[in-house]
Amino acid sequence: MRNRLKVLRAERDWTQADLAHALEVSRQTVNAIETGKFDPSLPLAFKMARLFGLAIEEIFQDEAGS
Amino acid sequence: MNKSIPDTNAWEARTKKNTKSLALWTAAWTLSMALATFGPKFIWQGDRLLTILAILLNLGLGIGMIVANKRHLKGLDELQQKIQLEAMALALGVGLVGGLSYSLLDITNLIHSDAEISHLVILMALTYMGGIVAGQVRYK
Repeated sequence: MRNRLKVLRAERDWTQADLAHALEVSRQTVNAIETGKFDPSLPLAFKMARLFGLAIEEIFQDEAGS
Repeated sequence: MNKSIPDTNAWEARTKKNTKSLALWTAAWTLSMALATFGPKFIWQGDRLLTILAILLNLGLGIGMIVANKRHLKGLDELQQKIQLEAMALALGVGLVGGLSYSLLDITNLIHSDAEISHLVILMALTYMGGIVAGQVRYK
């Protein structure tokens, strides 16, 4: 699964640590999601969507469907 | 550019608290294990009541440690939980397979010494630690 997390974060001038604080996860988790090593659960994806004010599909894209 | 982001350290504080609690319960359980093991010989010279009390104390602290560990695991974020799950699965598998093979070596007299449960505990602990390190490296 691809995601735009790094771009969205950069647009807001947030560091990985800033985002990790807001999502209540470790910085390692944010990094693993950004680099595609780890896919978040649905609740965490919704939390990200709320934080960025976007729909989930505007952040995550299914590679198989693209 | 928008630097405003909800800043909450509640999760980090809770994780630190859970980790500290687990460390304290584990230290207390380990000390009680030493007390129950060496106390009868070196402190109370085989007094049966004190030995039973020491074992009950060890059991009680062990239950506390299990509860603290569960709370610690539930408080971790989902990636850390995944790393822990993979490490525990590896430790359980290696412990089960390795432990039974070790037992077979003993009962078939292919090894001269008796199989010791402590060797199994050491094997599982080292496997678990190796699994944690491997997980941390994989998701770095």
